[in-house]
Amino acid sequence: MNVRLPGRVVARDWAPVDGSQYSAHATSGERRPDLQQLESKLAAPKEVDFEMTNTTVDHRPAPLPPGTSAPEFGLQSTPDQTVSLAEFRGQPVILAFYPEDWSPVCSDQLALYQEVLPEFQKFNAELLAISVDGVWSHLAFAKDRNLHFPLLADFEPKGEVARAYQVYRATEGTSERALYVIDANGIVRWSYVSPVGVNPGAEGILRALESLGEEGGS
Amino acid sequence: MSTTEWGAVLTMPVADDRDHVQGPAEAAVTLVEYGDYECPYCGAAYPIIKEVQARMGERLRFVFRNFPISTSHPHAEQAAEAAEAAAIRGSFWQMHDLLYENQRRLRDQDLRGYAEQLGLDVEPFGKELDEHVHAARVHEDFMSGVRSGVNGTPTFYINGARHDDSYDIETLLAALERAAASS
Repeated sequence: MNVRLPGRVVARDWAPVDGSQYSAHATSGERRPDLQQLESKLAAPKEVDFEMTNTTVDHRPAPLPPGTSAPEFGLQSTPDQTVSLAEFRGQPVILAFYPEDWSPVCSDQLALYQEVLPEFQKFNAELLAISVDGVWSHLAFAKDRNLHFPLLADFEPKGEVARAYQVYRATEGTSERALYVIDANGIVRWSYVSPVGVNPGAEGILRALESLGEEGGS
Repeated sequence: MSTTEWGAVLTMPVADDRDHVQGPAEAAVTLVEYGDYECPYCGAAYPIIKEVQARMGERLRFVFRNFPISTSHPHAEQAAEAAEAAAIRGSFWQMHDLLYENQRRLRDQDLRGYAEQLGLDVEPFGKELDEHVHAARVHEDFMSGVRSGVNGTPTFYINGARHDDSYDIETLLAALERAAASS
C-alpha cells in the first residue's frame, strides 16, 4: 500500500520526538479528521510495528543503493568556503540531508549528531550536513545551535545535490531527511531515507561505520 | 520484536546493580527513560511519570538513564553528573527530583546547593563535579541510548521496546497496561 500523506503529516511509524506535536494522536481534544481518515485506511494502526517503516506506508523515495559511486559535489559551507566530497577521499563521509534549518526535528537531529561527533570521529569519519538553505542561514543556525560540523548550502542550483542523491522533494522544495555513509573510496555503503518528521538518530550511521571497518573499509 | 533498520529496542538491559530503579524487580512492566535534566520536554514528562507511578504502584518498575544533549543544554551534563554524585551517596532519586523541579537553576552553585539541601557533604560532592568523576558513567548511559535508537529526549522504552507514541498520561498508561497484560 502506498499512501501519499499531505504536507508534514505522519505515518504510523513516527517517533514523537517532542512529545505530541507530530503525533497522529493529539494529546487532548479532537483528532484531525485527515488523520482519522488515514488511520481508518490502515489495518489495526495500534498494533503496527516498526516494520511499517519500510513497508506498508512507505512513500519515501529510494536513495542511491549501496555500491553506487557517490556523486561528486562542491557546495559552500560559508560565504567564502566551498567543501567538495573529493576532499575526503581516503576517509568515510557521512552525508546528512535535512529539510530545513530551524525546524524542530532538524535541530534535534543535528544537536544529537554534534553530541555523537566524537564517536563518528573514532571511525575517522567526516560529517557533512546538507540542506537547501543558503550559507547565511546555515551560519546563523550553526551558531545558534552550537553545531561544529559543516552545513552545506545546496542552494544554487537549488537542490542539485539532493537530486543527484535522489532525495529531493520537488513539491516542498526541500530535501528528504536522508542519510548516506560513503566509504574511503567514494562508494555509497549505506543509505536511508527517514520519514521527514522523524529524527533517525545516530544508530544506523554507527552500524554502517562499524561494518566499513569489518570489511576493511574497501 | 520486529526487525527494523536499527534497534528500536533497549540494547543495554536494566541491571539493578547499575541502574537507578524505582519499583520492584518483579514488576510486570519496566519503563526506562532516557532524559536530560535541562530539556523542557523531559521536564514536562516528569510529573507524568510521577502520576503513572502513583497509578500503577508495584506493577511498575521505573528506570532513569542520562541522555544529556549539551549542544542544546549547556547545564545538562553537569546536572547529570550531579545526579550520579548523589547516587553514590544513596540520594539519586531525591537529586533527580530536585533537578527536574528546578530545571532553570542548574548552574554549578545551584547543584552544590541541592547537595546541601539533601544533607550531602558538599565539599567532596563539588570536587567530583569539578573533576568530572562521573562523566564516564553519564557517557555510558548516553551511548547505550544512542545504540538503542534514542533520537531525542525524553525517549521511553517499555519492556525493552521503544515507545514511539505520545507520552501524555493516557497514552503512556495505556501502553504500559498493554505491556503488563501481555507480560
